[in-house]
Amino acid sequence: MKPWGNQNLLRNNKQETSELSLRPKKGQKFLLYLAERFSWQAIVDLAKKKTVPEHPYSFWTYFGGLCLFLFVIQVITGLLLLLYYVPSIDRAHESIIYIMGQVKFGWLIRSVHSWTANILIGVIFVHMFSTFLLKAYRPPREITWITGFFLLLIFMAFGFSGYLLPWNELSFFATRVGTDILGQIPLIGRALKSFVLGGQEISGATLSRFYWFHIAVLPCLAFLFLGIHLYLIQVQGISRPIGVKPEKIREIPFFPDFFLRDAVIWSLVLALIGVLCVFFPWEIGKKADPFAPTPLGIRPEWYFTFMFTTLKLVPSHILGLEGEKIILLIFALGGLFWMLVPFWDRKAYRDQNNPVTTAIGVAVILYISIMTLITYLFPRL
Amino acid sequence: MKRRKFFDFLLGGAALGTFISLFYPVLRYLIPPPSKEEEVQRTKAASVGELTPNTGKIFRFGSIPALLVFTADGTYKAFSAICTHLTCTVGFDSQTQTILCPCHNGRFDLEGRVISGPPPRPLDPLEVEISGEEIFVYRKRG
Amino acid sequence: MKRNLNQTLGLILCFFISINWLFSQTKKNTCLDCHLQLEEKLASPAQAFKIDIHANYGFDCSACHGGNSEKEELEEAKDKSFKGIPSRQDIPKLCASCHSDPNIMRRYNPNIRVDQFDLYLTSHHGRAWTKGDTKVALCTDCHGAHGIQSASMPQSLTFAWNIAATCGRCHSDNNLMKNYGLPGQQEEDFRASVHAQALYEKKDLSAPTCNDCHGNHGATPPEVASVANVCRQCHPSPASLFSRSPHKAAFDEAGIAECQACHGHHRIEPPDYELLPKGKKDVCLQCHNENSRSYEEGSNLREKFMALDAQLEKVSFKIEKIAQQGIEISEARFLSQQAQSEFLEARNLIHSLSLAEIEKKIKESQAIIEKLSTLITEAEREARLRKTGLIVATLFLFLLALALWLKARQLRRKRP
Repeated sequence: MKPWGNQNLLRNNKQETSELSLRPKKGQKFLLYLAERFSWQAIVDLAKKKTVPEHPYSFWTYFGGLCLFLFVIQVITGLLLLLYYVPSIDRAHESIIYIMGQVKFGWLIRSVHSWTANILIGVIFVHMFSTFLLKAYRPPREITWITGFFLLLIFMAFGFSGYLLPWNELSFFATRVGTDILGQIPLIGRALKSFVLGGQEISGATLSRFYWFHIAVLPCLAFLFLGIHLYLIQVQGISRPIGVKPEKIREIPFFPDFFLRDAVIWSLVLALIGVLCVFFPWEIGKKADPFAPTPLGIRPEWYFTFMFTTLKLVPSHILGLEGEKIILLIFALGGLFWMLVPFWDRKAYRDQNNPVTTAIGVAVILYISIMTLITYLFPRL
Repeated sequence: MKRRKFFDFLLGGAALGTFISLFYPVLRYLIPPPSKEEEVQRTKAASVGELTPNTGKIFRFGSIPALLVFTADGTYKAFSAICTHLTCTVGFDSQTQTILCPCHNGRFDLEGRVISGPPPRPLDPLEVEISGEEIFVYRKRG
Repeated sequence: MKRNLNQTLGLILCFFISINWLFSQTKKNTCLDCHLQLEEKLASPAQAFKIDIHANYGFDCSACHGGNSEKEELEEAKDKSFKGIPSRQDIPKLCASCHSDPNIMRRYNPNIRVDQFDLYLTSHHGRAWTKGDTKVALCTDCHGAHGIQSASMPQSLTFAWNIAATCGRCHSDNNLMKNYGLPGQQEEDFRASVHAQALYEKKDLSAPTCNDCHGNHGATPPEVASVANVCRQCHPSPASLFSRSPHKAAFDEAGIAECQACHGHHRIEPPDYELLPKGKKDVCLQCHNENSRSYEEGSNLREKFMALDAQLEKVSFKIEKIAQQGIEISEARFLSQQAQSEFLEARNLIHSLSLAEIEKKIKESQAIIEKLSTLITEAEREARLRKTGLIVATLFLFLLALALWLKARQLRRKRP
């Protein structure tokens, strides 16, 4: 299939159509037949007209497309895993062993799903920080930014819920710690925790709930927010960074130029995922035993470790208040502040560079990187 | 013009190759595997009448050995046959009507509790269900 | 009404507080009050006594030392009944005055034995003590004097982990042992044994230490004829196999201690087929002639064991290697475990000296290994397949990336 080769075909131009009809090929005829019935001219025209600005920072624009590609991989492999995975405490772990051992290429499908989940979150982070530093959130793209922020939260929730599904020791205890933190939230904490766990403790009900979140609730939310996010990008086009001289910006057609480059990156990333899966298939781990003592060195998935380590490092009491609660409050307020950046960065609104936001962005990146590093360099902290 | 054709050919070929190498695993994945799942939940241990009272039988329960005991008073009991001391396989000792681990003389009663010897924990119990002429054993849920 | 209730409650509270005060007053122990203030030598027994099991049951110093622990004045406290430090000759009888009296012991722990003193009299220690030797172990040497704890407490001198050190305090003292004509390296030997390994490294508290073979209060080395009985407490299977072997009668006739003849004592090493003929630790030569038929058979058996062991090792090495590549092979692990256990049983059957039985077990183990090899070959093929598949797919992906890139460049050049 070479969609770009068929451009001529899809034009709603009678002259060309008649020209083509002089020597119609079978495939072309069929496409024409479909084009008439689906009237996708509008979409084709939009795609043809759509351009992407090319400038010294355009490297970062590829990360958005990469996120979408990885999400598609997750949907496909996730759907495939549903075929053999059984969400019950006495079958979950066994079914993972079954997938990894007995099902042909089951190891590949599961490893791709797990590796891609982690890479996806990493790419989302890169996408978010590049957007932040390039100030691409400024109006009229506030809603794009906010939906993007929600997509980050949704994918972190995907990660958190998916981590428990294999029902192994590490994920079991990491989930216990994670939901305990949830329970620390003032006022609603306890109710929230028991809602998430489906009870007071991690049990079969928790597994059902996490499964429900992972394959039903979160995908719906993800599709909703992704739809808005992508729609807005189509309508508004891709942002041009502040301070780049107009002569340095060149509009290139989205289709095929930009898309081809996207596809180059996708193929390379897919190759990387393949290598990772063959040489480092995702571990199965030991089956979770709720009555076993907590194993040493449990930690959540890497993208939560910066919060996890911060909570470990804070003193138990700050100014007479519980340290953990204060940190949770700071994280919540910080997240809100971060999400609302299009509204308080007035300089960016006027298309001026704001060194304060840049500094905040760099500080947050440094903070998250250092905290994550500390988690892995000093596991016994 | 020639060059363009070559590029198109290259692109088409590579795309086809990629497509096949991605969809072959998926296709194989969708074909149900022949063997049954690893850990069995329920297995046939023996037939009714196979055991005389006050005897035991070792049978395979998934990937572990298990012990079915037909007690002197006519009830069936089943346990994981893995000794909780150093994982030797235990057996039924009809003389004393106990379960005995030959490795270090650990003894269990017919409820799986430790009577004497080094085992630190009771044997893991299994549930017995008699269905027609067959005796099934399964792991207790929850 | 309400006020009345409050008053009543208040009164009840006062009553309980005063009762409590009264009780705390009766527990007065003036010995401790003074001794804790004194120099180290006199204070340390008082310090140690706090955690003593006797203190927990309400005994105070006067129970052993006499005197009156309720009197403030020194003269009154050290009254006529005061005995001071009991002499070493008197200690066993002092302890026995309660511990051998069922009527007293029943009040504290109805299940505790009361025959320790009688047993002690039958031990080497006790017999020497009866003859007036006070250098031998007395109650306090193993249990401590102040700060005695139940043997189930990890700090107790008689807790499983501490017994070797407790006995070794005297038995590793070569100067002291010289007087009794005893070697002084038993503790060192024991610590190098398979039993010590189980006890200290695997933390298996059921593994034997000194008292499990020698007895505790009646500590005496087992006699030649009874060694096997002692060992079979934990090793019933080799013992019963041995009993039905031709060795049994021969050993009895020659007066050889059964297990010990091959496995030694104290420094009992993990069982090894190197003990068999022509092995590194050949024990058969002690009795057998190098040219005899039985020696030859034993040597053949050792070679078979060696080959099987090598095979098993190779298999488990391969399994580990495959597992490292992330291939799920729990089935192979299970089979390898089974083959290993068949091999162990074959080795155990040596005690029966029945060649046929041993060979049967070896064959069973080999049959499992056979099954394993097919599993391993399959897994290895799977590993190769994954790599080839990866190479092909990666090649195509790179090719695709290259083609896309070339296409993009070409389109770009064409545009003005």
